[in-house]
Amino acid sequence: MSSPIQLQPDETFILNVGPQHPATHGVLRVKMEMNGEYIVDAETVIGYIHRMHEKMGESKTYPQYLMNLSRMDYLGAVGYSHGHVLVVEKAAGIEVPERAEYIRVLMVELNRVASHLFWFGAFVMDLGGFSPLMYALQDREHILDMMEAVTGSRLTYCYFRYGGLYNDIDDDFIRAARAFLPRMTKSMKKYHKLVTGNVIFQKRLEGIAPLTPEMCRKYGASSAVARGSGINFDVRRNEPYSVYPEFDFDIPVYHECDSLARYNVRMDEIEQSLRIIEQALDKLPDGPIMPKKKPKIIKPPAGDYYQAVETARGSFGVRLVSDGGKTPYRLKLRSPTYSNMHLFDEACRGMLITDALAFMGSLDLVIPEIDR
Amino acid sequence: MSLTLLNVIVAVVIAIAFAALNAAYLVWAERRGAARIQRRPGPNINGPFGLLQPPLDGIKLMAKQLTIPGGADKVLFIAAPVLAMFPAIMSFVTIPFSESIVAKNMNVGVLMIFAFASMGGMSLLFAGWSSRNKYAMMSSVRAVSQAVAYEIPMLITTITVVMIAGSMDLMEIVRQQGGSFLHWNIFPLLGRSHNILMPMSFLIFFICTLAETNRAPFDLGEAESELVAGFHTEYGSMGFGLFFMGEYANIVIGSCLTTILFLGGWNAPLPFLSFIPGVFWFLLKLYILIATFIWIRWTFPRTTIYGLLNLSWKILIPLSLFNLLLTAGLIKVF
Amino acid sequence: MIFDKTRQALFALFPAQDLDKPVVEEPSSDETEDAKTKKTAEPRKDGLLECDYSVHGYHLDAQVAPEQLLDAVTIVDNLEYFIESITGVDWIKEDQLEVVYDFSRYDFDVCRVVIRTRLDRNNPIVPTITGIYAGANWHERETHDFFGIKFDGHPHLIPLLLPEDADFHPLLKDFKA
Repeated sequence: MSSPIQLQPDETFILNVGPQHPATHGVLRVKMEMNGEYIVDAETVIGYIHRMHEKMGESKTYPQYLMNLSRMDYLGAVGYSHGHVLVVEKAAGIEVPERAEYIRVLMVELNRVASHLFWFGAFVMDLGGFSPLMYALQDREHILDMMEAVTGSRLTYCYFRYGGLYNDIDDDFIRAARAFLPRMTKSMKKYHKLVTGNVIFQKRLEGIAPLTPEMCRKYGASSAVARGSGINFDVRRNEPYSVYPEFDFDIPVYHECDSLARYNVRMDEIEQSLRIIEQALDKLPDGPIMPKKKPKIIKPPAGDYYQAVETARGSFGVRLVSDGGKTPYRLKLRSPTYSNMHLFDEACRGMLITDALAFMGSLDLVIPEIDR
Repeated sequence: MSLTLLNVIVAVVIAIAFAALNAAYLVWAERRGAARIQRRPGPNINGPFGLLQPPLDGIKLMAKQLTIPGGADKVLFIAAPVLAMFPAIMSFVTIPFSESIVAKNMNVGVLMIFAFASMGGMSLLFAGWSSRNKYAMMSSVRAVSQAVAYEIPMLITTITVVMIAGSMDLMEIVRQQGGSFLHWNIFPLLGRSHNILMPMSFLIFFICTLAETNRAPFDLGEAESELVAGFHTEYGSMGFGLFFMGEYANIVIGSCLTTILFLGGWNAPLPFLSFIPGVFWFLLKLYILIATFIWIRWTFPRTTIYGLLNLSWKILIPLSLFNLLLTAGLIKVF
Repeated sequence: MIFDKTRQALFALFPAQDLDKPVVEEPSSDETEDAKTKKTAEPRKDGLLECDYSVHGYHLDAQVAPEQLLDAVTIVDNLEYFIESITGVDWIKEDQLEVVYDFSRYDFDVCRVVIRTRLDRNNPIVPTITGIYAGANWHERETHDFFGIKFDGHPHLIPLLLPEDADFHPLLKDFKA
C-alpha cells in the first residue's frame, strides 16, 4: 500500500514506544529508530513484568502451583491451567473422568471467546474506533458472570485440579450457557456488519505486515499469526488432547498473510468456539468430576514430559522435568506470545508507525504472558 | 455614534459568549452522545443530566498548574493555544443567525472566515514545534499536512457557492436561498445553480470540515492510541482547555458555514412554516450537523495518513474542480 | 513418514549407536527412592532415544555433543520443523548444564523432536543457532539470563527478562536470592 521512501541513515531519531503507552497492551517497550514516520529498526525490550514463574515452579509443590498458571495470561487463563494439569496427569498417570473432560473443554472454549472479544475491542480501539470495545466487553460480561458462578473467579481462574475439577457445574450454568449462544451469534453478525465491513477498517489492515510462512516457521509462530499466513496448524487438530477429537469444528485458515487475515482468523475462531460449546453442552455426560483413586501427594516419575495445548494466543507448552520428588525439578512454560512477539522486530522494518501499531494489535499480545 | 459603537461592542460580546458557551456545552453533548452510542450513561452526576459538568471541568482545568516543559520555546508554547481559540471565536462575529441577528455583517464574510481559519493552522505548528517532544512534533507535522490538503477542496466548493450567489456576503447567500427547501443550494431543482451535482459539493464540504477540525476519522493529529495526545501532549490545565475549546468552536463554525452555504441558513424548509423565527431554523440545522459530527466520530476507526492525503488530493480536489467548472458552465447557459 | 526420515537423519550423527537395535526408553515403573536418586546421579550419554508419545509428549530425543549441535539443528531445519522453545536444566549433582531444544511440525505428520546438549557447569559455552532459526534469538537470551550459558556467536546476548545490569542467574540450583 505505501512504499518506503528513500531512507537517509543520518536523519533517524529514536522514538520510545515506552512501557507506559495507551497502545501497548501491558508493559512493553519498543525502541524504534525512526526516519520521519517510517521505522528503520525496532528493538523490543521486555521483562518489566517478569515474575519468574519458572523458579516458583521449582519451589512449590504441584497443587500449590495451580494458581500460578492463570496469572500468566489473565485473559485466557483456563487454557493455561489446562496445559499444566494435562502434563502432570500424563506424567503421574492420573485418569480424568469423562464429565470432567467435557466441562474442561467447555470452560476453555468459553474463556477463548472471552479472550477474543477483549482482543477485538482493544484492537479496534487501537485503530481509532472507540465504540466496539464497549459492546465487546458487555458480551464478555455474560461469560464472566457465568464462569464466576461456577469457579468463583472472574479472571484468574484456579478451577482445574489434577484429575478433574473442584466444583461441578449446575443447571443454572447450563441454562445461561445455552441462552448465551444465540445472543453471541447475533452480536457477531453486528460486529461483522459494523467493523469487518467498514471500508476504513479494511483499508487500515489490508496488506499491513505480511508474514511469510517461512518466517512463521523460523520464529515458531502459532495461532492467528500462523493461520493468517496459510499454515493450517492448531494443536487441537494436529496433536489432539483431552476430548477434542469428539467435537466437530473447523480451523479457519487465511492465506493473505496480512493483518486483515489475522483478524478474520480470530473472528472465525469465535464462531467455531461457539460450535464447540454447543456440542459440549449437548454431549455432557453424567458422572463424577474427580477420579476415585488419586494419589495423595503428586509425584510424577522421573523423566521429561511435554504437553502442548491450544490457548487463545497459540500453542502453549509445558515441559516438566521431574526427579520423582514433590516439586518439579524444572518447569518450563513455553508461551505462544513470546514467539509471536519476536516476529515484530524483523517484520516492522520499513513500516509506518501507525501500521506497526496496527500490526502489534493483530498479534494479540498479553505482556505478562511474554514475561512470565 | 457612540450608540452604534456600543451596539457593535455588545453584539461582538454576545457573539463571543455564544461561541464560548457552545464550545463548552458541545463537550457535554459529545460525552453524552458518545455514551449513548457505547451503551453507557455518560456524565450524569453533576447537575441534572450532567449539565454542570462543563463549568466544573473548566474550574478544575483552571485550578491545575500550568507547566511549561524545560527547553520549550516559551513564546510559541503560550501563543499556540491562544492562536487555536482566537480565530474561531472571532469568526463568530460575522455569522448571521437570522435576518437581523448578526454581530457585524461584512460584504466579504466568506473571505474573512477563511482567513481566520488559516490562522488556526499555525497553532498546530507552534504547539508541536515548541513542545520539544518527538510525539508532539510528529503529530503536528501530520496535522499541518492534513490541514493544508483539506483547505483546498473546501475553498473550491465555497467558490462554487459564491459563484452561484454572485456575492461573498453571507447574508446575501442565505437570502437567495429563500422560498422552500428546494431553493437551498444543496438541492438543484429550484436553486440558482441548476446543477445536479450540488449534493456532492455539500458532501465534499462536509468531509473537509471534518478534516479541518481534526475530527475522527481524520484525527491523526491527536491519535490517542498512537501518539499519546498528539500535538497537545505537553499542555496541561488551561492550555489544553483552550485547545479543546478551540476544536469545538471550529466545529461550530464549520457547521454554521455548511448551513449557510448549502442548507439555506435561517430559511424555513416550507414557506408556510416561516412564522417560526429564522433563528430557530438556523440553530436546528446547526445542531443536526453537529450531532452528525459526533455520530461519525464514535463510529469509524481512523484512516491512515496516506489514505487521508490521497482522499484529498486524488479524489476531493478533482471532483470539486469538476463541479466548479460544471456550475460555471451551467450558470453561463441558464 | 517424517518420523522415519528424521530418525534416519539424526542417527547419522551417532555412528557409535547400534542402528539395528534403536534404544526405546522403558517407561519408568515404581522404583524405590534410593534407586531413583542413584539413577539421576549418572549423566545421560549422547545418543538417540525413541520415546513413547502418550507418556512423554514427544517422539524423538537426541542428545548430541555441543560440536554436533549445529549439524543436528540443520537436519531438523531442512525437514521443516519449527522451533518451539529452548531452555536449560541445571543438573547440579552431575555438575552439568543441559540445553534443551524443542522442535515440532506445522503439518499433520506429527513428530516432536527434542535435541539436548550437556555442558560443563563451570564453563557452559554452546554455539548459537540464530543463524539457522532466527527465532532462537530470544530463547537463547532467556536461557543465558536464567542459567548463565554463553551462546557463542549470538548477535545480542544481553539480559532479556532480567534487568540490564543483572549478573546473577536465578534458575541455577545453588542460587540464593
